[in-house]
Amino acid sequence: MVLPRPVRPARTDRPDGQAPPAVALRGVVKRFGALTAVAGLDLEVPAGSCFGLLGPNGAGKSTTMRLLTAQAIADAGTIEVLGFAVPREGKRARAAMGVVPQQDDLDEELTVRENLEIFARLYRLPRPERAAAIDRVLEIAHLADRPATRVDDLSGGMRRRLLIARALVHRPALLLMDEPTVGLDPQVRAELWGLIAGLRAAGTTVLMSTHYIEEAERLADACALVSHGRVIALGGPAELVAEHAGERVVEHYGPPDRLAAVERTARAAGLPTRRTGPSVSVLKAETIGPALAAELGPDGVARAANLEDVFVLLTGERVD
Amino acid sequence: MSTAGTARDRPAPLRRFEPAAFAGVWRHEIALFKRYYRPQTFASMAEPTFFLLAFGYGFGSLVAMAGGMRYLDFVATGVVGTAALFTSVFPAMFSGYSRRVYQHTYDAFLAAPVDVHELVAGEALWIAGKAALYSCTPVVVGLFFGLRPSPWVLLVPLVTFLSAAGFGLFGTWAAAAVPSINSFDYVITGVVTPAFLVAGTFFPASGLPGWARYLAQANPLYHCVELVRHAAFGAWRPPDAWHAAALALFAAWMWTIAVRRLRRRLID
Ligand SMILES: Nc1ncnc2c1ncn2[C@@H]1O[C@H](COP(=O)(O)OP(=O)(O)OP(=O)(O)O)[C@@H](O)[C@H]1O
Ligand SMILES: [Mg+2]
Repeated sequence: MVLPRPVRPARTDRPDGQAPPAVALRGVVKRFGALTAVAGLDLEVPAGSCFGLLGPNGAGKSTTMRLLTAQAIADAGTIEVLGFAVPREGKRARAAMGVVPQQDDLDEELTVRENLEIFARLYRLPRPERAAAIDRVLEIAHLADRPATRVDDLSGGMRRRLLIARALVHRPALLLMDEPTVGLDPQVRAELWGLIAGLRAAGTTVLMSTHYIEEAERLADACALVSHGRVIALGGPAELVAEHAGERVVEHYGPPDRLAAVERTARAAGLPTRRTGPSVSVLKAETIGPALAAELGPDGVARAANLEDVFVLLTGERVD
Repeated sequence: MSTAGTARDRPAPLRRFEPAAFAGVWRHEIALFKRYYRPQTFASMAEPTFFLLAFGYGFGSLVAMAGGMRYLDFVATGVVGTAALFTSVFPAMFSGYSRRVYQHTYDAFLAAPVDVHELVAGEALWIAGKAALYSCTPVVVGLFFGLRPSPWVLLVPLVTFLSAAGFGLFGTWAAAAVPSINSFDYVITGVVTPAFLVAGTFFPASGLPGWARYLAQANPLYHCVELVRHAAFGAWRPPDAWHAAALALFAAWMWTIAVRRLRRRLID
């Protein structure tokens, strides 16, 4: 696979010797009328990392992405992208980043190649480099044999890949991806994971939002869990799991009153629980002593704790 | 891997209008045009022919002269104006609405280094350029009906370009302003049709009642048609400066409201 070589973000040295973050949001607020979609968000995405934005529907992930491209203007707070103040220097920031939107916005009437040609121009690729750049991203997206196909005639997965190719045509230093793998079959999703990991390895900063917890677990160096427009937990996937869900989880199945009883017992002992459809999961199960184990009953099934446990625990079980 | 080319080292895209933005917008238009030029060209050729046949022969048998010229010459030049109107305002309205609402084209563009005013300018120039060429077809068709223009006729595309820029930007404004595509009925029936009728296109505005003559003065299509006629026959008159200024003012005003309206729609 041919991977793009990114334009690295500015690395002016800071007193602490650290590279400045690729993305920095401080106290960002965005309101839509009475609704506050982003409510004082603080976030730093280290340059060169893959950063996952997790959160339930309506948490404000897409709004945050649009704030970074100056397609939404914050009511309060400051935003810096690749060292550029947004929205003031938004155009320069956008020139150095690529965006994969949640909602497909390819031109369906045009061919694969025409869609890329437009963005090769918008992203200021010099004429002699355009054709090669387009060939390169067609290769990355495994669409090298479909340049003349109309987007209308592509499958959903191909469209998604084209959307990603479009964002890479100028070798951006930062790639924003809003739910990049939604609606893809497992093979294609796994393939995209490979692509994202490759980009990151080549030095591109990746900021992705996702619903697929597994995706964040596999790809992200760090994750921010967002709820109601605020970061409620931050850290590497493994750290987040260790801190909030522990090592192991025990799942108990049974009728509703049995589940309620398990919940009561676990919580009385100070252990977090979460509903997992027809069962109750008791988190941090490695701390369960023999007495509590007896009280909870022998019907538990042990498994490793995962990021989904943390997600449900922290963002609530019901969608509101 | 090289770390030489940092984001900051790149040529700073800070000018208000960036050539790259226009190149991208026009590449999009060209790709679409390649696909749709056949029906568009057919319509732009056939429509003035029908108008000339219907009005020139049908009406012309009742009216020999209008506005001091052969009725057929009067209509052929009037239709240049209506062509400039229709080939700019309708594409701007319908493609503007569908790109914003259905295809999300504008969202895609604005995530790249393009600003709303560049998007509007790029599309308006394209539409005006296309309309300026298409609106010459009535003159060409008119040649077969005995139209004998002066060399000044070569200025007609300039007149229609300026007019179509204003009409197209009006369409862009309308596409950004309407809450749903059904609201276009208000725009078409309430604005475009009256503008088309009270402009001295098919009958001289001088024959209108006083109030309608004032209305015509406020109608950019009236100024467009006057200028087109004077250019076509090289019969310049003092008010032509005012006609040109009116068209420029109209385009500037539409530019302002179109950019402001679309920006409000696209940037949250
Ligand atoms: N243009 C808008 N006008 C009004 N409200 C909006 C607008 N865009 C977003 N919102 C609201 O802001 C909140 C956050 O929306 P956002 O799209 O950022 O969520 P999200 O985290 O991306 O959700 P999902 O996972 O479903 O994509 C939602 O309540 C949404 O209804
Ligand atoms: Mg979203």
